[in-house]
Amino acid sequence: MGPPLLSVRDLSVHFHMAGSWLWRQPAAVLKAVDEVSFDLAPGETLGLVGESGCGKSTLGRAVLRLLPNIQGRVVWLGEDLAKLDEEAMRQKRREMQIVFQDPLAALDPRMTVGEIIAEPLRTFRPDMSAAESKAKVQAMMAGVGLLPQQINRYPHEFSGGQCQRIGIARAMINEPKLVVCDEPVSALDVSIQAQIVNLLMDLQRQYGMSMIFISHNLSVVRHVAHRIMVLYLGRVAEIADRDQLYRNPRHPYTQALISAVPIPDPDLERAKARLILKGDLPSPLDPPSGCAFRTRCPKATPLCAQLRPELTPLELGHRVACHHWDK
Amino acid sequence: MGAVLEIADLQVRFATPEGEVEAVNGVGLTVQPGETVGIVGESGSGKSQVFLAVMGLLASNGQAAGSIKFQGGEILGRPASELNRIRGARMSMIFQDPMTSLNPYLTIERQLTEVLVTHRAMSRGAARAAAVDMLERVQIPEADRRIGHYPFEFSGGMRQRAMVAMALLCQPELLIADEPTTALDVTVQAQILALMAELTRGARTALVLITHDLGVVAGLCDRVLVMYAGRIVETGAVRDIFHRPQHPYTAGLLASMPRLDNDVAKQLQTIPGQPPNLQRLGPGCAFAERCPRVMDRCRVERPLLRLISGPGAGQDGEGRMKACHLEDL
Repeated sequence: MGPPLLSVRDLSVHFHMAGSWLWRQPAAVLKAVDEVSFDLAPGETLGLVGESGCGKSTLGRAVLRLLPNIQGRVVWLGEDLAKLDEEAMRQKRREMQIVFQDPLAALDPRMTVGEIIAEPLRTFRPDMSAAESKAKVQAMMAGVGLLPQQINRYPHEFSGGQCQRIGIARAMINEPKLVVCDEPVSALDVSIQAQIVNLLMDLQRQYGMSMIFISHNLSVVRHVAHRIMVLYLGRVAEIADRDQLYRNPRHPYTQALISAVPIPDPDLERAKARLILKGDLPSPLDPPSGCAFRTRCPKATPLCAQLRPELTPLELGHRVACHHWDK
Repeated sequence: MGAVLEIADLQVRFATPEGEVEAVNGVGLTVQPGETVGIVGESGSGKSQVFLAVMGLLASNGQAAGSIKFQGGEILGRPASELNRIRGARMSMIFQDPMTSLNPYLTIERQLTEVLVTHRAMSRGAARAAAVDMLERVQIPEADRRIGHYPFEFSGGMRQRAMVAMALLCQPELLIADEPTTALDVTVQAQILALMAELTRGARTALVLITHDLGVVAGLCDRVLVMYAGRIVETGAVRDIFHRPQHPYTAGLLASMPRLDNDVAKQLQTIPGQPPNLQRLGPGCAFAERCPRVMDRCRVERPLLRLISGPGAGQDGEGRMKACHLEDL
């Protein structure tokens, strides 16, 4: 494997919450993402999974530097993104794109489909002629399964699945090296989800871009991702190759997540062993000491409250942050 | 004992500025005491509208016709005052988003005890004790203290557990749950589903589970009805639906789900195209445009829901029906 496209080291995003004298709330720091490190190879898909509030969307945006207060290093093809000035960073954005969850909300209702998809072209390649831009937009529309003759329609005339195709066409028009997909199929109907998943994988085969695929749906992530990172309250619980993670999950949280996914087969679903977690996610403003998962963990011991487990390498890039992974 | 719920030839229409929309068309179903029935369909299939009509909660531009019998008595078209004696006491409904179904201005205690004070004429003190007991059964920690809190002080999972508690407080004969876990995280979903199954089974409450998630149906339901474009397209016992689907739409849905128990395929199977526009339904089968097995007949003649006979009927063959011209899939 060549050098990574993206190298993230000790990335943290901390939000400073203002206190309130009236409500007797002290100022607090919310560690949405805390000391996360990973590499992403060209053409690779990294799945980010975890429950709401685990920091997966924040991490995706922080990698693209779409947020303030980012600590740590994001190295893009050997270049530290934090050291770039505004204009240089703007140029880099041509190569990194994002696809959002709510397809209709992500599109300007007053722009035609053609204008929406052409916008990145106008921004990054202002010298391109109108005819050339239109031809490129129409080719891209065909590539994502839209009818090129619908170029002058508006987003509201399309269904949710088609709007997601428009969002993907806009992300792909400049042939980026990285696309962050933030829950791209979660708002879609089951019969449409499979279409969009297949489209993203086809585009990856065709253009070779890397993807960071954020989803709470473990079945979908297993289908698209080469490697998967499990986050809990902003920290990495486990990271491993896809097959390794699903066959041999080591972190109790990963095990619980996988066991909670319903299987669409009445016999298997009713016979399978369940690991049902107690309680809810603790407040990220006041996470438990030591291992943040210990309050819901079936394996927790006093050690877990005292000492935060470090991410420990097992085999073949499989790493887990748990004191008791081998028990 | 007769059916808890009997729906016959239900139509639901909405008057919209663009014309009339037929959201539900000729739907009939029965729910037996203690049974768990899954209603599966995509957005716009009419699955929620059927049960909003049952609860008398259709939007103001909606009109229902047909027959809805609860414990043998007709309830469709009855005034709210009459429905209120049944709603909340003998049949309850849980919605997808617990934040919007709880009143943000009232404490959990006020909202939970209301049903007992209204329907059971309990004193406030007795109602509070019953509510605390129910909150404990749905695993709200420190229920005695937490009952004084407002909904915003609860997490999403706790709010939905409070909703389950509220719905089951009067030990209803029928509980309708409309996507009860869709807004929740997967580990919390597992908790809530296990809880609903346990509590309804214990009280012999019939449960209708409306969902788009076939996995949830597989784990919980005895019988399944699949809806498409306002009509029922297939019904059957849960194992027959999953192991021997007889309608191409059901088969397509099952095949297009990535699942954890299979090897990873190169490509997911898909159902091509989009769900149909309910305002522009043709004379034929609404699924014809997306169907891999479409025949000429399907475009001109709407298939009626009919009993399946022969090998397709499956093992638990009772009530095995489909609306498809194909003899066998």
